[in-house]
Amino acid sequence: MTNIAYVRSDFSEARAAPRSTTGVGAWLHKNLFATSTDAVLTLLGALFLLWVLPPLVNFLFIHAVGINGTVEECRLETSGACWAYVWSEMEFFIYGFYDIPEVWRPNIVFALGALLLVPLLIPRVPFKRANALLLLIAFPVISYYLLAGGAFGLKPMPTEKWGGLLVTLIISAVGIIVSFPLGIILALGRQSKMPVIKVLCIAFIELIRAVPLITILFMASIMLPLFMPQGTTVDKLLRALVGVTLFSAAYVAEIVRGGLQAIPRGQYEAAASLGLSYWKQMYFIILPQALKHVIPGIVNNAIALFKDTSLVYIVGMKDLLEAVKTKNDTALEWQSANTPTTGYIFAAMVFWSFCFSMSRYSMYMERRLNTGYKR
Amino acid sequence: MSQVSETTVEREIDTSHMQVSETEVAIDVVNMHKWYGDFHVLRDINLRVMTGERIVIAGPSGSGKSTLIRCINRLEEHQEGQIIVNGTELTADLKRIDEVRREVGMVFQHFNLFPHLTILQNLTLAPIWVRGIPKAEAEATAMHYLERVKIPEQANKYPGQLSGGQQQRVAIARSLCMQPKIMLFDEPTSALDPEMVKEVLEVMISLAEDGMTMICVTHEMGFARQVANRVIFMDQGQIIEENEPEAFFSNPQHERTKLFLSQILH
Repeated sequence: MTNIAYVRSDFSEARAAPRSTTGVGAWLHKNLFATSTDAVLTLLGALFLLWVLPPLVNFLFIHAVGINGTVEECRLETSGACWAYVWSEMEFFIYGFYDIPEVWRPNIVFALGALLLVPLLIPRVPFKRANALLLLIAFPVISYYLLAGGAFGLKPMPTEKWGGLLVTLIISAVGIIVSFPLGIILALGRQSKMPVIKVLCIAFIELIRAVPLITILFMASIMLPLFMPQGTTVDKLLRALVGVTLFSAAYVAEIVRGGLQAIPRGQYEAAASLGLSYWKQMYFIILPQALKHVIPGIVNNAIALFKDTSLVYIVGMKDLLEAVKTKNDTALEWQSANTPTTGYIFAAMVFWSFCFSMSRYSMYMERRLNTGYKR
Repeated sequence: MSQVSETTVEREIDTSHMQVSETEVAIDVVNMHKWYGDFHVLRDINLRVMTGERIVIAGPSGSGKSTLIRCINRLEEHQEGQIIVNGTELTADLKRIDEVRREVGMVFQHFNLFPHLTILQNLTLAPIWVRGIPKAEAEATAMHYLERVKIPEQANKYPGQLSGGQQQRVAIARSLCMQPKIMLFDEPTSALDPEMVKEVLEVMISLAEDGMTMICVTHEMGFARQVANRVIFMDQGQIIEENEPEAFFSNPQHERTKLFLSQILH
């Protein structure tokens, strides 16, 4: 009888990977030409890029008129984008009708906002709590007095004069930030066991969600004054802010509710069995987990809101897009075939860079917050 | 039939601190009924637990064992009768519920650790925010209990990085950090691999040795024999039989109990 017992006495050495799994050739083969279908698609894609890219690059860069160019150059038939126009109207695009000698005020607001926001977004930087308090409480107050003036010897600057990127940023920042806690409260309210609160929250959410943002803005700007006592006026910008915020809150509420439903009942029970009160259960246990699940949805909403701010033009506010459109239509001294296109491309680039940053940051945050679930 | 095993921890039980009080009532359940909609889950439950008692509740799936202990810290609401824990009657009054929950620890089948917090944060959260204990002190207590369940080196990991047995021991330590007077165990070993059952049972035995008042819903009959001073058998929402473990296992009275035991003991 043969002995079938086997014991390995030494381990075999690790060997280098075969050539076919590493290097440029392997990458190309795996990603671009793995099958004949892949190869055809790759070639089609390359052809498409060849078709699209050269004219685009020509228009945007090679044949474009630079920021120091003149309108005559822009009017040449061979010219591409007219960046000189964008450059010369930049102040209007950023500040609207804000008095030019006073634009240092919005500039300080921009700088201060960036100075407070950037360290808050970088996890390594300390003093998060103080930083958040400054950004969410001190900064809005300072910004308001700086922008509106009328105190501390600053020239009053009515909100009718605000415009451009300034208004876009104000409305989206306020909308995104204020609608977040509102949405959370609405989501929790919708799950409440108290019928009155529950019904109110459901009614609010469903009413707002079922109405277009344009309608809400119209109601805020045209119908609201009809209900108010004669003589009282609510600032136009404030009306837009309230409209946008409430609109966004209803959506955030539904996004957060989705996250709450993903939390297993055991988490609520464990938190409750330790004696934590409802609000502490929510704050420490449920919301941190639920919100992590819905980061993509929340950011999606933020991006949509950022772009939807353009709709405030219907209540007579000049946001970035409307400012560009206004100049496209009225800046006769810059009239040329490519002027409006260039203006819109500029607006698109600004919107894109803000929205893309939000999207990238949220992906970074998702990866970072994933630590607890990794094995 | 859910998972039944008879893991025994092979060591002498130190009974010197396992004293059952003659006078001090820890939990008193009187004529208690509970319904889920039309379904009568718990029927006329009467159960008096004295301080220091170690009670094992056994019974087939759906017999209402888990529901019963979940009523004791009001994770479930009862509709009739009384439940009095440490002299506080459970009613809809949130204050009373919180009062009871502070003094009653609970361990779940699926551990229910908080996955977004480290082990140490899991343990210190409730002491800090419910009892108002300073952070440093809460952390010292937490480390003490982690040592007791023999995993102090895991303090800064996340629950997802631990094995099932380790997670359940953390869950026990988390409850102990609140310094509860009573511990409820809801099938604490049912979700564990057989190898890990033992390490959790060992912790539970050492708790019993310290004189903790415990109610355990479990299929671990070895544990019941070794530690319990009373075994309660439930079926169809009722307590059918209760006895000391020796008598319960060797000489069951009720037909249903006999059937149950014949199926799980070999």
